[in-house]
Amino acid sequence: MNLRIEGLNFAYQPGTPVLRDVSLEIGAGRVTGLFGPNGSGKSTLLRCLNGSLRPQAGRVWIGDRDAAKLSPREMARLIAVVSQDTPVSLPFTALEVVLLGRYPHGELWQADSLEDIGFARECLARLDVADLWERHFDQLSGGERQRVIVARALAQQAPVMLWDESTSHLDIKHQLGLYRLARELAAEDRAVVMVCHDLFLAPLFADQAVLMKAGSAFAMGSAAEVLRPVNLSRAFSVNMTLSWPANDSIAVSLKNI
Amino acid sequence: MTKEEPTHQGGWTQGVPAPRARWLTPALLLALLAATALALAAGSVSIPPIEVFRALLGHLNDDVTGRILLGTRLPRVFAAGLVGAALALSGLASQTLFRNPLASPSAIGVSNGAALGAVAGALLGARLNSVGYVFSTALSVSGGLVVTALVFMLGRRGRYFGHALLLAGIAIAALCSALTTAMLYLAGERLQSIVFWLLGGLWLATWREVWIVAPVTVVGLAAMVFWSRDLNVALLGERSARDLGLDLPRLQRRLLVLIAILASVAVSVSGVIGFIGLIVPHLARLVTGADHRRLILPTALGGALLLVLADTGARTLASPAEIPVGIFTAATGAPVFLWLLQKRRPAGAP
Repeated sequence: MNLRIEGLNFAYQPGTPVLRDVSLEIGAGRVTGLFGPNGSGKSTLLRCLNGSLRPQAGRVWIGDRDAAKLSPREMARLIAVVSQDTPVSLPFTALEVVLLGRYPHGELWQADSLEDIGFARECLARLDVADLWERHFDQLSGGERQRVIVARALAQQAPVMLWDESTSHLDIKHQLGLYRLARELAAEDRAVVMVCHDLFLAPLFADQAVLMKAGSAFAMGSAAEVLRPVNLSRAFSVNMTLSWPANDSIAVSLKNI
Repeated sequence: MTKEEPTHQGGWTQGVPAPRARWLTPALLLALLAATALALAAGSVSIPPIEVFRALLGHLNDDVTGRILLGTRLPRVFAAGLVGAALALSGLASQTLFRNPLASPSAIGVSNGAALGAVAGALLGARLNSVGYVFSTALSVSGGLVVTALVFMLGRRGRYFGHALLLAGIAIAALCSALTTAMLYLAGERLQSIVFWLLGGLWLATWREVWIVAPVTVVGLAAMVFWSRDLNVALLGERSARDLGLDLPRLQRRLLVLIAILASVAVSVSGVIGFIGLIVPHLARLVTGADHRRLILPTALGGALLLVLADTGARTLASPAEIPVGIFTAATGAPVFLWLLQKRRPAGAP
């Protein structure tokens, strides 16, 4: 399902806009990397996409449906979000947390079906945390918790996935695992958007990149185009060159270390 | 990014959702029946169980034993069970609403507001006839609702729903306590009976009380069962709940009303009985885990069981005198709670 964003403007307080006239096209079957410095509006953009924030102007189209007209429940069936502030303390086991992802598909008080439970365990397995299903969420490490939360988003079976810094607590193996998962999901014709601060691995897995700066989509296109030295220096005020000797490697060089 | 600290800071008592959870509800039902039989048999006049059965079957209706059983003890046992269930449910609802394992209706001032209303009713001379009685109950319930509304309006200005609300609740609870104390100061010769009521007890419970608490408790239980999946998602907090498609603010408003009504009706019947709302959900969670679909029924039954037993103890241990059941539940509940706190931090273990 394609996402189309048209002229999005958002401000938490009048007079200090966080998003300025953002227009983007996010295609199904692709991984989109959303890059940009702290406070450039990446997370706010994600929250506008799934309707948890109402933009003051502009539209979001999910397929051919206007996001503003969807109920929270309909939205949760179309867009699964892994947000930055995942809860630290929850009285649930890992499996129970993943089963919460089935919430938008279930009715009222009904029990989890065997299919739901099987599916939830598959989701845990895809994130390499299948063995932890019985463990309490509180007792998991930060990285394990993060993977359980991603598994919960998978359990939502939504055609659009929005990941907000989902790799931040992960070791290198699991970062790669998550990026590969993004590719797999894209291959299932889903749209995957990942907000990342990682400029060294994420670009290898992103079909397209968007660079945000001060609330605007400053540059978009292929990762190599978008993360050119001139853009990096303008967005991050860092003098750095990323070069792509091959499809599976990135080299970094810094002007003054 | 070091906002995530390591484990064990939740404070929720937990249990693995084991097969144990499946027999919990039937076991609690049986235990409640047994406790009811015990409560009917025990008292200042002890009645053999066989007589209890005969009376319940209608064979003993017009002698003294029958009147003690059907006119005094049975309604009291029913009221105790219903009030216990209402308190436990409102405690569970508070803990979920605030995502705080230490929350209870008293923590948001509902109990104190209801007590203030009830004491005002008593001072105005209500409870003399049925109009006065309804008036007094209404006063108590409106006390609870007004406090909830006030706390809600003050609390939602804060950035974090839970924190500001709890702080507002503590402040308003203190204010209500002060006003209640001021009224007691003016109570004169009725002081003793009002204080005794405030300590919590069921000796005033008759069929009239039963008919007031029963529908409220049943509706409250049904509502919570109905919302049990929503309540699970609510534990994730504002953003994640919204991302999963739950209209959390709407659920929060509903829960506040539910807590206010359950707790104030309970207070209007039995005064302020502490610790049941706090402890019973924890004990149930130990066996069932935190999933509300498994947790709600055992919580209600456990609350009923606990208060029936506590009330039986309160009226028999020092017979013919009565220990206020509120003292009884607090005296037994506090050690249990401390034990729970100890238990959730096993040294070194994950």
